Amino acid sequence: MEMTGAQMVIEAMKLEGVDTVFGYPGGAIMNVYDEMYKQKDFKHILTRHEQAAVHAAEGYARATGKVGVAFVTSGPGFTNAVTGLATAYMDSIPLVVISGQVPITLIGTDAFQEIDATGISRACTKHNYLVRSASELPLILKEAFYIASSGRPGPVHVDIPKDVTAELAKFDYPTRVDIPTYRPTTKGNVRQIKKAAEAICRAKRPVFYLGGGIIHSGSAELVREFVKATQIPAVETLMARGTLRHDDPLLLGMVGMHGTYQANMAMSEADLMIALGPRFDDRVTGKLSEFAKHAKIIHVDIDPSSIGKLVDVDYPIVGDLKEVLGVMIPKVKEQVDPDRYQPWREILKRYNEIHPLGYEESDKVIKPQWVIERVGELLGDDAVISTDVGQHQMWTAQFYPFSFPRQFITSGGLGTMGFGFPAAMGVKRARPDKISVNFTGDGSILMNVQELVTAVESRLPVINIILNNHYLGMVRQWQTFFYEKRYAETDLSFQPDFVRLAEACGGIGYRVETKDEFDEALKDAVEKGVVAMIDVVVDRNENVLPMVPSGGTLYNMMLEFKD
Amino acid sequence: MKVERRIISVIVQNEHSVLARITGLFAARGYNIEALTVAPIPDSDMSRLTIETRGNVRVIEQIIKQLHKLIPTYKVIEHEEMIEKEMVMMKFPINESLSSIQALCQAYNGGIANVSSQHIITMVADEPKRVKHFIEAAQRFHPVEIVRGGVVAMERE
Repeated sequence: MEMTGAQMVIEAMKLEGVDTVFGYPGGAIMNVYDEMYKQKDFKHILTRHEQAAVHAAEGYARATGKVGVAFVTSGPGFTNAVTGLATAYMDSIPLVVISGQVPITLIGTDAFQEIDATGISRACTKHNYLVRSASELPLILKEAFYIASSGRPGPVHVDIPKDVTAELAKFDYPTRVDIPTYRPTTKGNVRQIKKAAEAICRAKRPVFYLGGGIIHSGSAELVREFVKATQIPAVETLMARGTLRHDDPLLLGMVGMHGTYQANMAMSEADLMIALGPRFDDRVTGKLSEFAKHAKIIHVDIDPSSIGKLVDVDYPIVGDLKEVLGVMIPKVKEQVDPDRYQPWREILKRYNEIHPLGYEESDKVIKPQWVIERVGELLGDDAVISTDVGQHQMWTAQFYPFSFPRQFITSGGLGTMGFGFPAAMGVKRARPDKISVNFTGDGSILMNVQELVTAVESRLPVINIILNNHYLGMVRQWQTFFYEKRYAETDLSFQPDFVRLAEACGGIGYRVETKDEFDEALKDAVEKGVVAMIDVVVDRNENVLPMVPSGGTLYNMMLEFKD
Repeated sequence: MKVERRIISVIVQNEHSVLARITGLFAARGYNIEALTVAPIPDSDMSRLTIETRGNVRVIEQIIKQLHKLIPTYKVIEHEEMIEKEMVMMKFPINESLSSIQALCQAYNGGIANVSSQHIITMVADEPKRVKHFIEAAQRFHPVEIVRGGVVAMERE
C-alpha cells in the first residue's frame, strides 16, 4: 500500500502498539503532526518544552519497560531534546525519538532550523538514522523499536527530512527484524555459570551487588528468589532500588557515595561479589584500587563492554539476566547451604547496629528525610516515586520504602536536574492507577516548571513535593565540606511563590512549615487528584550522609558532619 | 599496564555515516588512532576498516568491545599476528641520484611510479616497520613530499 512518509510514521506507531506520544510540533515535522491529527489510535501529549517531552517519554518507559516515544521538530526542537536522549542513554532507557529535518535538498546549506541532528545524537543514542527516502522508512522504524528495546536498551533517534515525510512509497511494515550486525548475546555461557554457582557455594562472605539491569530485564522476581534461597545479603545501586522489598532482612540498603554503612562495608569486606546488571559506576565504587579488594567478582551483564571496563572480573557472564538466572539459580540451589553465611550476616548486622541509616529529628523545623518517610507511610506502595537531582534525590533513595521494581524513577547516570516533573507526568500516563509523586528541590523544579501547564491541561495529576532548603543543596553541601563554606551561587533565597506559581497554571499549591500542615496538604492533593506543588520548608543545613567523598574509598565514610 | 600497538580490522555495514560512528567512538572515549584505512569489500555491502591503535590491555579490550557494540559492526578482527602492509609514495627532485633511488625502492618492494620534467614519484609497499626504514633511508635524496597510506592487514589463516 502506498502512503506518504508522514503516514508511515503514524502507521508504525499503531503497529508498534504505541498509545502515547509526547512532543512539540514545528516546521519540519508538520506533515507528521498533520497525519496524527487525523487518527485516534494514540494520544499526543503536548509538553511545553522538547526536553520535557523526552523526559516524559522516559518516565513512561521507566515505569512500564515499554518503548517511550517523542516527536520534535528540527534545529532547536531537536537540540532541546538532546538532554533527554543523553539521560536515557546513560540509564539504558528504551526510547524512539523522531525529529523533523529540513528537506534533503536543503541539507548542508545552513537552512532555517537546520542542524546536523544525527551528528549530535550519535554520541548520546544507542543508534540513529537519517532517513534518505520514504521507501527506507518502514524498515528503519521497525529497526528503531527493535534496537531500542532489545539487548541493552537505549534511545534511538530517527531524523526525517520534511520532503521524505511528503514522499509517497510502498508501506510494507516488516513483522520481524533481522540485523546481521546486531545480535545481542542473551544466553549465558553454561560452563561459566556453573563455575560461578560453585564459587557462590564456596564463598564465606558473598554479597549481591544488584544493578539497574535487573529492572530493565524484568528479573526482580528471580533475584528475590535467589536472595531468599541463598540468604546472601544484598546491596542495591540507585538504579536497582525496588528490586528487593524495603523490609527484606537481607537488603543492606543502597551502596556507594551515599550508601548505608553496612552496604559499603559489605562491599569492602566481601570475598565474593555477585554483580547482577550493575556497571561499576564511580559513584558506587569510589577509589577503584581499593574497591572490593578481597573479593572475587561474578559479573552478569548483557553488554560485554560493561564487563571488565573498570574492574577485573573473575567470572564474566554475558547474557540476559533473566536467562542467566534461570540457569544459575537451580544450580546454586542444588548445593548451597544458607547457614554457611550466618557469621557473615552477623558481622553485617553488627555494622548496621553501630551505624544505622538515620537523621537527627527536630521539633523546630521539618527535616527533609522526615517528609520522605512520611510519604512512605501515607502512600507506600500506592505511589510511584520520581525525583529530580540533588540532595532530595539521595534522601529519597535512602529513606523511601520501595516495594516493587519500577517504583523509583530517577536520572542516575547523567544526573539531569529538571528530569523529575516531566518524568512523573510520563509515569502518571503509564500508570494511572498509581499516585505519581515527584520529590524535587527548589533548584531542580525550576528547570522544567513550565510543565505545570502540560500536566494541568493533559490531566496528569503529579504531586510535586519541593524539599525547599533555599539552597542548591548538594552543591552547597560540597561547598560546606570541601570549599570552606564559600557558597558560590548556591543560595537560592530569592525564589518564586510556588503556591501562586502552581495556581497560575491551574494547579494547586501548598506552603508547608509544620508536619501537620504537610499531612493535610498531601491528603488534600491526593483526594483532589489535581496537579500539585507542596512547598515544604525544610532544614536549610541538612546534609546527605553517610558520604564517601569523590574518589575516596568505600569503607571510609563520613558518618556525621560537625561544624 | 604496558601500552602496546595493535592492528584492528573492522567489517562494517556500508551505510551513511558509519565512518563517523567509528572515529566518533575513538574521539569520545579518548582512544588513539595512529592510522586508518577504509575501502568497500568487493561484491558486498560491507566495508573493511583497518585501524592502527595504541593502548594497554584494558583499553584495547574496551576498544574491541565498543567497536562490536556499534550497530553496523559486523565483525572485529584482532590478532597479534597479522600480515601487515603499508604503502608510501615519495616525490623527489630529478637529479643524478635517480638510479640510487630506484635501487632503494626495489629493495623495499617498490619502484618508480611516475616521472615528470621536475620530479619523480616512487611507490613502496611493505611491512610498516620496513616502510619506516625506507622513509629514513630515502631522506638522503631530499624528498619534497611523502604520502603514507596507512596499514592494511589480513589474518594469516
